[in-house]
Amino acid sequence: MDIIIKLAYLLASILFIIGIKRMNKPATARNGNSISAIGMLIAIVATMVQLNVMTLPEILICIVIGSAIGFYVAKKVEMTQMPEMVALFNGFGGLASVGVGLSEYWRESYENTQDIHTVTLVSILLSILIGGVTFTGSYVAFGKLSGRINGNAIVFKGQHMLNLLLLVVGIAGAAMVMYNQGWVTGMYILLFISLLLGVLVVIPIGGADMPVVISLLNSYSGMAACATGFVLNNYMLIVAGALVGSSGIILTDIMCKGMNRSLLNVVMGGFGQTAGTVATVGGKSDLVVKEVGVEEAAMLFDSASSVVIVPGYGMAVAQAQHAVKELMEILLKKNINVRFAIHPVAGRMPGHMNVLLAESNVPYDRLLEPEQIDDDLSNTDIVYVVGANDVVNPAARHDKSSPIFGMPIINADKAKTVIVSKRSMASGYAGIENELFGYPNCLMLFGDAKATLTKVVNELKEM
Amino acid sequence: MTIEILIALLYVLILASYCGFELISKIPPTLHTPLMSGSNAISGITIVGSILCCNQLGYTQFSKILGMLAIILAMINVVGGYAVTDRMLKMFKK
Repeated sequence: MDIIIKLAYLLASILFIIGIKRMNKPATARNGNSISAIGMLIAIVATMVQLNVMTLPEILICIVIGSAIGFYVAKKVEMTQMPEMVALFNGFGGLASVGVGLSEYWRESYENTQDIHTVTLVSILLSILIGGVTFTGSYVAFGKLSGRINGNAIVFKGQHMLNLLLLVVGIAGAAMVMYNQGWVTGMYILLFISLLLGVLVVIPIGGADMPVVISLLNSYSGMAACATGFVLNNYMLIVAGALVGSSGIILTDIMCKGMNRSLLNVVMGGFGQTAGTVATVGGKSDLVVKEVGVEEAAMLFDSASSVVIVPGYGMAVAQAQHAVKELMEILLKKNINVRFAIHPVAGRMPGHMNVLLAESNVPYDRLLEPEQIDDDLSNTDIVYVVGANDVVNPAARHDKSSPIFGMPIINADKAKTVIVSKRSMASGYAGIENELFGYPNCLMLFGDAKATLTKVVNELKEM
Repeated sequence: MTIEILIALLYVLILASYCGFELISKIPPTLHTPLMSGSNAISGITIVGSILCCNQLGYTQFSKILGMLAIILAMINVVGGYAVTDRMLKMFKK
């Protein structure tokens, strides 16, 4: 029987790997996700068979309750709420690791008279530490993304010192537990500190840095699962955890490169708040912008032969993705080439814009990465920027004093005309003015993106 | 735990991480959100650990409640994660 369970775990690990492999193309991704889900089902069923779980109705009831809640939430959630939902679920994963770590410690220290093996104990401590940070960190991220708590960076004096101190105390507590295994208080101290650290590490990080944080927390949840694998000597947990951990690390790296910032710089937090004051003192605020009306914008679109749309977080806020798709449709009908340039850090999580546009039925082969479209931008008649700001700021190319200097951007200014949909002249996340708005080829289309865009589309229909 | 077991576990960790890096670096940016929610669901694999623990601790009330709570949360993570990923991927059309 035992060997069958082990083989089932092996099969589940293989299915996870195949599932991830099939995620590399949109055409096979859905199938890949199903394969991975089947792997999970096999793993859970095998575990229940192993324990003869029918004698434990509570476990079954819990599984049914959890599944029902998960299924319900997954069906109800809006696509624009996806970042906060991923954060929320991530937190659950972290908490489960804490639970496993704690109860293993409990069992080993109360049941067995002999000492817990050092490796097992270290793994237990790690799953509690990483799991705890993942749990509360994800919850703060969830709160920030859903607007339940202030989304801006919350910084106070001595913040980094406090975090460091807590980490030292936590490690000291863990070391004490290593020294004296029966010292349960040490375990509680470690748990408390890891939970507190999760909160403190995420609060200083502001809205637009969230893609990095979510990716990082995602990789933590994988590492926590790995640690529990070491606790329970379970290969499958390690394989699954390693896959998630490496996925999170890769995404974190992509996001950091997209902003030309180091991970340390992002994690230290507070970006954009001090930078804002510097830029204003710099005296660039006398930017002269040219405004464009709905009719004129429609006329410009009508006479263009190629259009590139650059979406940003503002599109998600204004729920303008369906209006954007209508614009695409009417332009295509007029034989105008329409493509989308999507910056890796646009939105609040990796791939946020792609999902929103897929929701409104924009075909994915029209969505391009900045480097794929860069050469074409100088031959493009209109670049339409909707809800993006810092990612099209040319200052990143030449202004060494700018906080976003060196960040790879979409060179919207190279196009013949740039039209920018914006509610007001407020600055972007980096807290700096966008010099693009003052360029001679740039026109501002003020107003709510969804409302103005709908008007533009209606004008176009009549032309 | 013997040192042999630890080394075997480390082998698995290193090979699986390498495999993960190779596979995931080939995933296009368009699919990064589904990748995240999908891998999130996989991290719910700790459900297996929760079930094992819940069983072993069956006799003390507090730890049982703890284990049951962990199962519910991990299950929300697993089912919700896979379902929402499927919903998203259904929308990606050429």
